[in-house]
Order: sequence, then C-alpha cells, then structure tokens
Amino acid sequence: MDILVLVKNVPEAAQADLEITDDGSAVDTDDLVFAINEWDNYAVEEAVRLKEAHGGTVTLLTLGDCEAEDVLRRGLAMGGNRAVHICDDDLEAGEPAAVVEAMAKVLAGESFDLILAGVQSSDMGHGQSAVLLAQRLGLPHATMAVGLAIDGDQVEVVRELEANTSERVRLPLPAVITVQSGINQPRYVSIMGIRKVRKIAVELHELEDLDLAATEAGASLVSRRKLFMPQAGQGAEILTGSLEEVCDQAAAIIREKGGLA
Amino acid sequence: MSAILVIAEHRGGALREATLEALGAALGLAGGDGRVVTALLADDPAPLAEPLQGCTHALRRVRHPDLAHYNPELYLPVLADIITALQPAAVLMPHSSQGLDLAPALAGRLGLPLYTDCTDLEFCDGRFTIRRPVYGGKVSQELALRPADTWVFTLQGGAFEPAEPGAADTKTEDTTLTDLAPRHGRVFLEQIESALEDVDIAAADILVSVGRGIGGPDNIPLAQELADHLGATLSCSRPVADQGWLPKSRQVGTSGKTVKPKLYIALGISGAFQHQAGMKNSGTIIAVNQDPRAPIFQVAHYGIVEDLFKVLPLLGERLAG
Ligand SMILES: Cc1cc2nc3c(=O)[nH]c(=O)nc-3n(C[C@H](O)[C@H](O)[C@H](O)COP(=O)(O)OP(=O)(O)OC[C@H]3O[C@@H](n4cnc5c(N)ncnc54)[C@H](O)[C@@H]3O)c2cc1C
Ligand SMILES: Nc1ncnc2c1ncn2[C@@H]1O[C@H](COP(=O)(O)O)[C@@H](O)[C@H]1O
Repeated sequence: MDILVLVKNVPEAAQADLEITDDGSAVDTDDLVFAINEWDNYAVEEAVRLKEAHGGTVTLLTLGDCEAEDVLRRGLAMGGNRAVHICDDDLEAGEPAAVVEAMAKVLAGESFDLILAGVQSSDMGHGQSAVLLAQRLGLPHATMAVGLAIDGDQVEVVRELEANTSERVRLPLPAVITVQSGINQPRYVSIMGIRKVRKIAVELHELEDLDLAATEAGASLVSRRKLFMPQAGQGAEILTGSLEEVCDQAAAIIREKGGLA
Repeated sequence: MSAILVIAEHRGGALREATLEALGAALGLAGGDGRVVTALLADDPAPLAEPLQGCTHALRRVRHPDLAHYNPELYLPVLADIITALQPAAVLMPHSSQGLDLAPALAGRLGLPLYTDCTDLEFCDGRFTIRRPVYGGKVSQELALRPADTWVFTLQGGAFEPAEPGAADTKTEDTTLTDLAPRHGRVFLEQIESALEDVDIAAADILVSVGRGIGGPDNIPLAQELADHLGATLSCSRPVADQGWLPKSRQVGTSGKTVKPKLYIALGISGAFQHQAGMKNSGTIIAVNQDPRAPIFQVAHYGIVEDLFKVLPLLGERLAG
C-alpha cells in the first residue's frame, strides 16, 4: 500500500498578533511561527498507521518555501519513507487550482494507492485542494474522514457530517481522502526523531521549472485582495481595570445573568 | 444577469435549513430582474420541495432511487448537465460537509473557479466581490474576482438571511432519471447517529466551555471547579474533544452540539465560525482570552482580555459559597 500525504506548512495564527502588509493584501507572516497544518498532522499519522498495518510506503509532498522542508522532516520522523518538496515562495498562499496543477505535474508518472490530505488549511481555509487534485488525477474522493479502513482494493470511510452525525461510504482504490481532526492521536515527534531522519534526501522541484501555463500560475482568479482585521475586542464590552476589578465585575455579571443568588 | 443556481441539500428526508440561506444569498445577487434556479436531487423530491415554494423562480426536481443520499459521483453528471444548459453566473451551495465534498469536485470537473466559505457576495458590473474568513476567522478577506462564465461559491452557515416564501413564483420542472451510476464506484452505506451520551450539554442553563487555551487535560479540573461553583456543565471546543481532554459529547459547534444556555463562559476559545455557529445564540456570553483580536469577542457580550489561569482562581473565589 503506497500512500501519498499532502502536508502544508502554515503560520500559527491563534496565539499570534497578526499584522497586515502595507498594501493591505496579505497577512505579514515574516515574524510568525510555522508548523504543520493541524489537519495534515492527523493525515500523516493515519498514513503511517495504515503502512504499519498493511505494509508499503508513505510519501510526503509539500508546496512551499524553503522552510516548508520542516514539515517533511517531521513527517519522515513520524514514519514517512520519502519526501517531495515543490519549492516556491509565492504560490503557497496562492489559488488551490495553481497549487494542484503544480502537484499534478510533479506526480505525473507516479502512482499511489491512497492520497491523504487535511480537511482544510488553517491559514486560507479553502478546503478544496485535495478534491481538486482528485478530479485532476481522475480519482474518486471522500472528505472529512473520522474513520478509515482498507478492505482489499476498496476503502471504507466514515465521513463526519453536521451535528454529531456521520455516514459510512465505500470507494475503490486508488482514492483521495481528506482527514478530519480527531481521527487518531498523532504520535509525538522529538528533536531526536527528526535528527534520525536527516539522512533521507528530500526530492526538490523548483516551481519555475514545472512550466505551469500562465493561466494556472499565481492568483489569477483574483484581481484585488484586501484584508480586514476587526478592531481589537470589537463587539464585546471588554471589562477593564486591575485583574481584581475585572474579576469583581465578571462575578457580578455572572450572578446576574446566570440567575445565581 | 444570467441565472444563479442553488444546489439544495437534504438529509434524513428533510431539507436542510442552509439551503434557504443559499437561496437568500441567491435572491440577493439576482436582484429584481435575475432568476434563481434550484436543483433538488432526491429519490422522492416532492415532500422535500415544500419549503422551497416561493423561494426560487425555478425548481428542477431530479428523481432517482439512488439520490436518497448525497453522493458526489451521482450529483456531478446531473449538475454538469444543468450547468451546461443553464450557464449560470454562479452556483451556490452551503459550506457544509456536503458542500465541501461537492463544490471542489464540481469546480474541478467542469473547470470552474471556486471560492469557499463566503460570508458576503456582491455582483456588480459583471464581477463578483466576496468576503471570507482566513486565519481561523481572525482576519476577513475581501476579494474582487475576475469575470468567469460561472463561479462556484460555498456559503458559511448563518452568514446569509434565509429566503422567505413569497420572494418568487416557483415554476417546477421534474425529471426522472433511469440511468445513473457512480463514475468510480463510491457508494453510500449508512448514516450513523451519535452514540448515547454522558450529559446533554444542550440542556444546561450555564456552560463553562474550554478551548485549546486550557493547555492540557491536567487543567480541566480548574474549569470544573468554576463550573461547580455555578452549578454549570463543562463543554468544549473541537480540539479539546479531538485530543480526548473531554468526551466528544461535550463539543459545541457545527460538528458537535448547538447550545443556547442562559450563560456561556468561553475560556481560551478563539471562536472559529464552526464554534460560533454552535453557541452564538446563548443568552449572555462571557469570553476570557488573552488575544484581544480573538474572533470570540465578536459574539461575546462581555470580554476579559487576560490569561485564563490568572482569572480562574480569582473568579472562583468570588463565586464560591
Ligand atoms: C468541518 C469542520 C468542522 C468543525 N467543527 C467544529 C465544532 O463543532 N466545534 C469547534 O469548536 N470547532 C470545530 N472546528 C474547528 C474550528 O475550525 C477551530 O479549529 C476550533 O474551533 C479551534 O478551537 P479553539 O478555539 O479551542 O483553539 P484555537 O483556535 O487554537 O484557540 C485557542 C485560543 O486560546 C487562547 N489562549 C491560549 N492560552 C490562553 C490563556 N492562558 N489564557 C487565555 N486565553 C488563552 C488563544 O489566544 C486562542 O484564541 C471544525 C472545523 C472543521 C474544518
Ligand atoms: N501548499 C500545499 N502543500 C501541501 N499540501 C497542501 C498545500 N495546500 C493544500 N494542501 C493540502 O490540501 C489540504 C486542504 O488545503 P486547502 O484547500 O488549502 O484548505 C491541506 O490540508 C493539505 O493537506
């Protein structure tokens, strides 16, 4: 069973003080800490478990700048066998269609039994790259897997739906599946573990050598982008004062609104 | 403008409410002179179609026994035919588990451009301008899109007002299909409802809800203590359930439960829309988050911009006894 996993290097935004670039079109990611996209981490773990159960290989593929190699190394340390890096500084925040076109070019001539990806990237939240790739490669797909079982030349997927509901579907292999968070508990990756895989060479492709047609490259779908950041604390009444005062106010509100005596 | 096509969504024999939101968005785009066409694919479309009456100009009901449940490999050929004939300016569908499975497949198959998770759509001089959240909802992105024959959009739940009956005269057109087979062989097997639960968070008057900011399972008792002072129930955001710090039954949000307590206290929750959708109608929302730009403050009534580990003990003290 040969599995390909798409892994993206993304900025950690939840804790960060985000700033918008001067031209207003993007988030300035220069000072942000990057890490593997949360959903992709679950996908790598799922791939490694399938390899452990059924044999075969796990190949990791990323498209991103030089630093994106970190997510490949991390995936190798989790049990991946092979890593492919499409190196580019601009396309990583670009349109999924362009990302997928580049991936398809690099994957030409290769074959996998299963392609896993995350449900969405936490920065751009498109939730479309993996399914676009499935269409591009002519493969069946299923999104939002919270359970996945190989059964001969088929795979059974439990897809998460809304409101604590899910559905079971079956599809023939090879297939593309996006993995939802919580499907497993990803293993811990230590610095030692990453050091151990340093001898595995990452296969490098430069985006500019891939000869993407002009229509496919970059942000061709968008003529203008502008980002808006809500004012700090916009909406809520922010309680002010010393920590003690804030807690006094909060306690009073809780008593009143919670109907406590 | 040319027509706007809406893909209706149904499950378990009922139309999904998000369909009416998509229709609301479509009617808004169509304005006075545009036309909204709805595609409803089902084994028995008639009963599902009732809530759509008066909310769409045209209703295409497509019938086949295998359309009882969503399957992209059955939807794609049917929708491809409709889109090729109709040449709509846009195809709209909910940003749901179905929309996320279908929209990129449709876009990929027909070579149409797609943007997902839209919270705002405008059509002016032949061009769409959209808004959508990025970075977990901390930033909103406004995009002026290049013209295309047909754009595909998925719409964030709750972002658009549902269509009201009376907005349009509905003309219904029925098609019964005989040949319909999945292209690759994806099949629907069964729908699974969640297992029995330890507590029903939707029944609680007060919820103390913890997010990733709680740091780890060892800190859950701190939140439990506050909950005990208040006679409240503990709930959580998705990552807390994903990592097993609290049971899945405690998860608030689109893929968990929708709650509407008198009081919702959010501790270390950023407030992604999937979470907000499950709690924003709570009576009073108090959020504790050290990031002043956390999206949770956009739905909270009161905010405390502080380290929750400093707030919890002091607040507990004031509410004890
Ligand atoms: C299809 C789909 C369905 C989903 N369904 C759901 C769902 O049902 N429910 C749900 O919740 N999510 C759901 N999600 C996930 C959602 O997109 C977010 O990833 C998730 O809600 C984030 O959880 P969080 O706020 O706890 O974590 P984060 O986004 O990581 O936020 C943690 C917050 O804690 C704050 N913080 C950290 N430390 C402290 C401290 N010491 N004191 C105070 N504040 C602190 C940070 O500033 C940050 O704002 C879904 C996602 C997808 C793709
Ligand atoms: N630049 C990229 N490099 C590697 N994988 C990616 C990239 N962009 C998207 N993906 C994969 O596609 C999934 C969905 O991403 P998106 O469509 O951007 O939300 C991610 O979880 C990844 O698995």
